[in-house]
Amino acid sequence: MQTEVIMSGFGGQGLMMIGKLLAYAGLEEGKCVTWLPSYGPEMRGGTANCTVVVGDKPVGSPLITSPKAAVVMNQPSLEKFAPMLRKDGLLVVNSSMIPIKSDREDIRSFRIKANDVAAELGNRRSANLVMLGAYLGLDEVVSHETLLKAIDKSFEAKKQFLEGNRKAFMQGYERAKAGQSDE
Amino acid sequence: MAKVLMKGCEAIGEAAIRAGCRNFFGYPITPQTEVPEYLAKRFPEVGGIFVQAESEVAAINMLYGGAGVGKRVLTTSSSPGISLMAEGVSYIAACHLPIVLVNIVRAGPGLGGILPAQSDYLQATKGHGHGDYKLLVLAPSSVQEAVDLIYEAFDLADQYLTPVMVMGDGMIGQMMEPVEFPEMRDLGSLPSKSWAATGARGRKPNIINSLYLKEEACNANSWKLKEKYDEIVKKEKRSEAYACDDGELDVLMVAYGTMARICKTAADEVRREDKKKIGVFRPISLWPYPYEALAAEARKAKRILVVEMSTGQMVEDVQLAVLGSKPIDFYGETGGVVPSPDDVAAKLRE
Repeated sequence: MQTEVIMSGFGGQGLMMIGKLLAYAGLEEGKCVTWLPSYGPEMRGGTANCTVVVGDKPVGSPLITSPKAAVVMNQPSLEKFAPMLRKDGLLVVNSSMIPIKSDREDIRSFRIKANDVAAELGNRRSANLVMLGAYLGLDEVVSHETLLKAIDKSFEAKKQFLEGNRKAFMQGYERAKAGQSDE
Repeated sequence: MAKVLMKGCEAIGEAAIRAGCRNFFGYPITPQTEVPEYLAKRFPEVGGIFVQAESEVAAINMLYGGAGVGKRVLTTSSSPGISLMAEGVSYIAACHLPIVLVNIVRAGPGLGGILPAQSDYLQATKGHGHGDYKLLVLAPSSVQEAVDLIYEAFDLADQYLTPVMVMGDGMIGQMMEPVEFPEMRDLGSLPSKSWAATGARGRKPNIINSLYLKEEACNANSWKLKEKYDEIVKKEKRSEAYACDDGELDVLMVAYGTMARICKTAADEVRREDKKKIGVFRPISLWPYPYEALAAEARKAKRILVVEMSTGQMVEDVQLAVLGSKPIDFYGETGGVVPSPDDVAAKLRE
């Protein structure tokens, strides 16, 4: 089994960070993982992104052009990656910033107002964790407990942000588990 | 030691430290700047010397000096920077000095682009600087292998007193993968270097020089180098054959570095979906090139497909390996366009 997910948004929204958290958690569970960032001119087009692969066997290509899932936090990312998703793939959309919908009917879409959820929790900057939680709630490629451990580890030096990020992650996770997709 | 998740460039820096390197001279260039960044941070903790030189030309000449006094020295750069270093590397090779240099290849020619490419193959394996010298060139296809090859590169450089290049593409440099590091070398256990210019008190001076105005002496040095290269050719060829073990192959792909991983994924897909037998041959040492090992795998194949992130720089070596016995096709993209597994699979189905 192998899962590939592309996480994409504007630079600064924290997509690289949540990609790393997923890769850390995969490593923690003894899985084979790769994390590949975009570092070229495409970032200037509004889609700073990373590709994370988590699998049971050594990862072949770290570059994925038809992923199983995409977590998109801005509109250019949806426009770019929704068409690339594999049939029956999963699209997790930040509906706080993306009014449009993908017209694909052969994929699963889940919409969550990640910025609003984060703001309600009192930490606007944790919208990325809401998105990661929602993704994991729909496709638990690593267990959410392991992911929480990865969050703990990453915020060891910045303890003041730890609780907020844990909460944001769990909010996203629980809403997705309950199937509370925005219209 | 437990595995850690690390970016290729940072892992390369740590592997050099483990190998006993405490001297880095370089100049920043994407996509390898994280190596100097990592070492600038890490060297003070282990007593290393980090210099950001004023240019690549200056950096390589600092390596010349550092190697000359017997230290393990490293520089890392990317394509245009490696071109600038060519003159210095030629001097270093002529003087039989050990250095390790890393090329995290970006797209070219010219200033090109910052995205991954494999368009420096001919430069690394056939050319680079002037004169009768060779680089021992190793090409990792994962972050772990980059670590292992860097660690070994310092030993190979010392063993053969020659420059060793580790060549990866931008993906190797930028990707994060789990890695396990080899143990920290005890600096006291590194090979002693009686030839080093360390001060001549109580002994005859050691002279490190590449200028031979007398033709006999210059001729002799070139043949001394050649003798060494012949030994490297005999002993240091490395390669991997993937899925080549079940009789006749419909296609044998030949690819190195990250491209080989992409080819493996494509091979698996076509095997599964089309019931075709596809193997992948991956040279690990690009010089010396594993001609014989490739020829042995090629015998099983109906045709050969070379895949590169260049316009076909390795094809000549594959031709030399199979000597006209099999048809050879080529598929490549460059300039930062990375062929996807689907692109490669489509070529396999043609």
